[in-house]
Amino acid sequence: MTAQIPYDHQAELEDVLERCNALRQAPVPSGDALPEGYTGTLGHFPVYFPEEIAHAAGLLPVSVLGGGNKLEMKHADARMGSFVCSICRSTAELGLNGSLQSLSGFITHPICDAAKHLAGIWSRNFPEQLSQILYLPQNVNTPGAVRYVAAEYQRLRAELERKTGRSISDEALRASIRVYNENRRLLRDLYAVRRDEPWKLSCTESYLLTRARTRIPCEEHNALLGRALDAIGQRRQAAQDKPRVVFVGGFCEQPPLEMLETIDGNCYVVDDDLLVGLRWLTSDVPDAGDPVWALAESFVERSAASPVQHDARKTKEGYLMEMISSSRADGAVLTAAKFCEPGLDEQVAWSKHLDQLRVPYLVLEFEEKMTSFEQMGMQVETFAESLLFTLA
Amino acid sequence: MTTATLENAPAGAPAAAPFDARAEGQRLFSDWYAALADAPARGQPVANVFVMGNAVEILRTFDFQLVFPEINSLQTGVRKASEEYIRVSEDYGMSPDVCSYVKADVGLILKEQHHPAGQIPKADIAIASNMCSTFIKWAEIWERMLNTPAFVLDLPGQRGGNWQVRPGDAQHAADARWVEAQFRDLIEKCERITGKRFDMDRLAEVEDRVNRMVYHWNNVMQLNRVCPAPYNAMLDGLTYIGIMNVYRGTTEGVEFMRRLEDEIRGKVARGEGRVAQERFRLLFSGTPCYVSMRRLIELFETWGGVFAYSDYLTFAAGGMDAGELVYDTSRPLESLAEITALAAQRGLSNQFFAHERLAQQVRDYDVDGIVFHGIKSCRFVSSGMADTRDYLNRRLQVPSLYIESDLIDPRYWSDAQIKNRVDAFFESLHQQGGGAPLAPKTVAAEAGRAA
Ligand code: SF4
Repeated sequence: MTAQIPYDHQAELEDVLERCNALRQAPVPSGDALPEGYTGTLGHFPVYFPEEIAHAAGLLPVSVLGGGNKLEMKHADARMGSFVCSICRSTAELGLNGSLQSLSGFITHPICDAAKHLAGIWSRNFPEQLSQILYLPQNVNTPGAVRYVAAEYQRLRAELERKTGRSISDEALRASIRVYNENRRLLRDLYAVRRDEPWKLSCTESYLLTRARTRIPCEEHNALLGRALDAIGQRRQAAQDKPRVVFVGGFCEQPPLEMLETIDGNCYVVDDDLLVGLRWLTSDVPDAGDPVWALAESFVERSAASPVQHDARKTKEGYLMEMISSSRADGAVLTAAKFCEPGLDEQVAWSKHLDQLRVPYLVLEFEEKMTSFEQMGMQVETFAESLLFTLA
Repeated sequence: MTTATLENAPAGAPAAAPFDARAEGQRLFSDWYAALADAPARGQPVANVFVMGNAVEILRTFDFQLVFPEINSLQTGVRKASEEYIRVSEDYGMSPDVCSYVKADVGLILKEQHHPAGQIPKADIAIASNMCSTFIKWAEIWERMLNTPAFVLDLPGQRGGNWQVRPGDAQHAADARWVEAQFRDLIEKCERITGKRFDMDRLAEVEDRVNRMVYHWNNVMQLNRVCPAPYNAMLDGLTYIGIMNVYRGTTEGVEFMRRLEDEIRGKVARGEGRVAQERFRLLFSGTPCYVSMRRLIELFETWGGVFAYSDYLTFAAGGMDAGELVYDTSRPLESLAEITALAAQRGLSNQFFAHERLAQQVRDYDVDGIVFHGIKSCRFVSSGMADTRDYLNRRLQVPSLYIESDLIDPRYWSDAQIKNRVDAFFESLHQQGGGAPLAPKTVAAEAGRAA
């Protein structure tokens, strides 16, 4: 009889996080490396993409999140103006250097003009891939928006059917919706830990756990999240004297991991908009009835917010304040990616609003390719100290 | 533009007096600015609109006074005042890396709407389409700073390369249905703001005038396929598209365009070109730098280079020259939605697949080269430009030049550097055997009625 290995939650969590970090830097799987049941991969750009449709088509949805701070730019500098944000430039680089050649397609969205241009760059350079803009509406308030989104999803469904030569049944879509509903629930649980017991889970860890979905099937991600949540639940860490903050501005270009670690070192980040597209639908999508309609209706009626989605029901200031109050934050870290027009515009609006309400905040600009964090570290430390001082 | 349209549209009587498009354009612009300043006193409702995707036809039926904030911003550049407005907005907190039009406008708000051309009224509604994503962010700024309600007009654009949508096919029908739903929503909002009932007959009248303007506009554009080109698309053309926007759907607009076409036909008949000796026919991709607009043209015209076409004339005039875009005034609202959806795909959002349109225009206008003007603050125009250039160089072997500056921020205009690049471009064109005075060409068959 073999002795049972005692469950070590810390080792378990470290193991999961190590896997997540490896996935963060992993290439897009292709050929034999494709998970079982998948015939290819479908790349999609931030913010939101209805992954269920690709999942049901047997295409692994792969979020294309730029090149981080290790990518060497060899081609894209000559193909995109110097004033374009880093995620667009590095995404083009990943295409041009061959890292994304195995994708069956690449879908971008009308979140900003730079992102829309990626579809043109793709169609000129990789004509063998399905490169398209999924025209998610910027008006979700006019009656008829759900119908339009459903038509756009049906169009995508037909495109993927043509590409894969495999029809996507309603039943397959409902099954995918159920898998993603489970994922949505797990991610909500993850964020509840951040809000209720932030000493048990840092922003960096939560980011790594969430981001893992961008390279593996959702089912596998659900299993990983389940393991992580069990282990986190058993963590016994004492609360430290750190201020509670929310982090915004990470909805598209990815802040470097070191930046998140720097903030974690000084603050409890109790809510954020990092990878918000992967958490866009805020509650379960109905898994009965017309699945495309259910996805479309969820997009219009039960979704998150970001600077690149207009919605008369959710002002940008309103959703920031909602994040702050529901997470009981003491202040906010307002970030924007360099050259990100929507993010930079919002940063001004947010800071003016917080000024009026006398909510403390710190403004940071970042680039995915940043490698030096010393100065940022000092700014964050000073901000955290001043918050603690005011709270004392 | 279909031949049918060319034949069906009214020819118009020849102008009695000589027509000076520039002077007439200036007069119309002064009138417009005067009307803006007086709108609150008249109790007239005011709408902010952009040049791409703006529902002007509906707003006109409700007698809205139209404000074009892009034109206000570019005018600060033309009047050499943009730096001050931009500085005020940057002091307020706006980033150096965002659209300078937006910044000039934020400066305008901070200066209590006082513009070099006169007082700009605050709007009762703003229409922002998704054709340029910055429009939406801009309208959100008005929501915050001026309490102006924003209506986002979501136009389904070109989805991918080689996108073929034809009037009446299933995709077009689905897109038009969504646009129509939004127009109905907008009409309700306009009724609430103005206290007036929507009048379908008036919409048909406005559309009829737009049809006539577009008819003349298409002919004006096509007449520049002639060698020598009768006008410079990036100088004279800027006045023309100003009128296409500000006077869209008005009798003054129709009259201007009619007389303009007659005038240009006259020039073609007389063999008069914009430059004394046309040596190079060029295509301009991008927007002008309004603080150095004349200087930019001078750098090219001194070499005998004239811009026969620019994609700016297409997207900044609403994309209505993209073919088959004629309102059916017997079903005004449905037709408005159908044509708006088509224009969005063929004339506006196709900027994201710019190589397709440019490849066609290189042939249509028989140009010797393309000048790409990257605009620091305009991602709509610039983000894919270098890649488009690379693609066209490889596919069409058409010589091209890439220069960079800004819409209205003078800090990004580097005269010596741009001049060097322009000169080097022409020298290389010369070396490739170009540069002799070009032989006159006959009017392309598509250019409409006989001269
Ligand atoms: S980072 Fe900003 S500018 Fe860049 S693609 Fe994303 S939303 Fe657009």
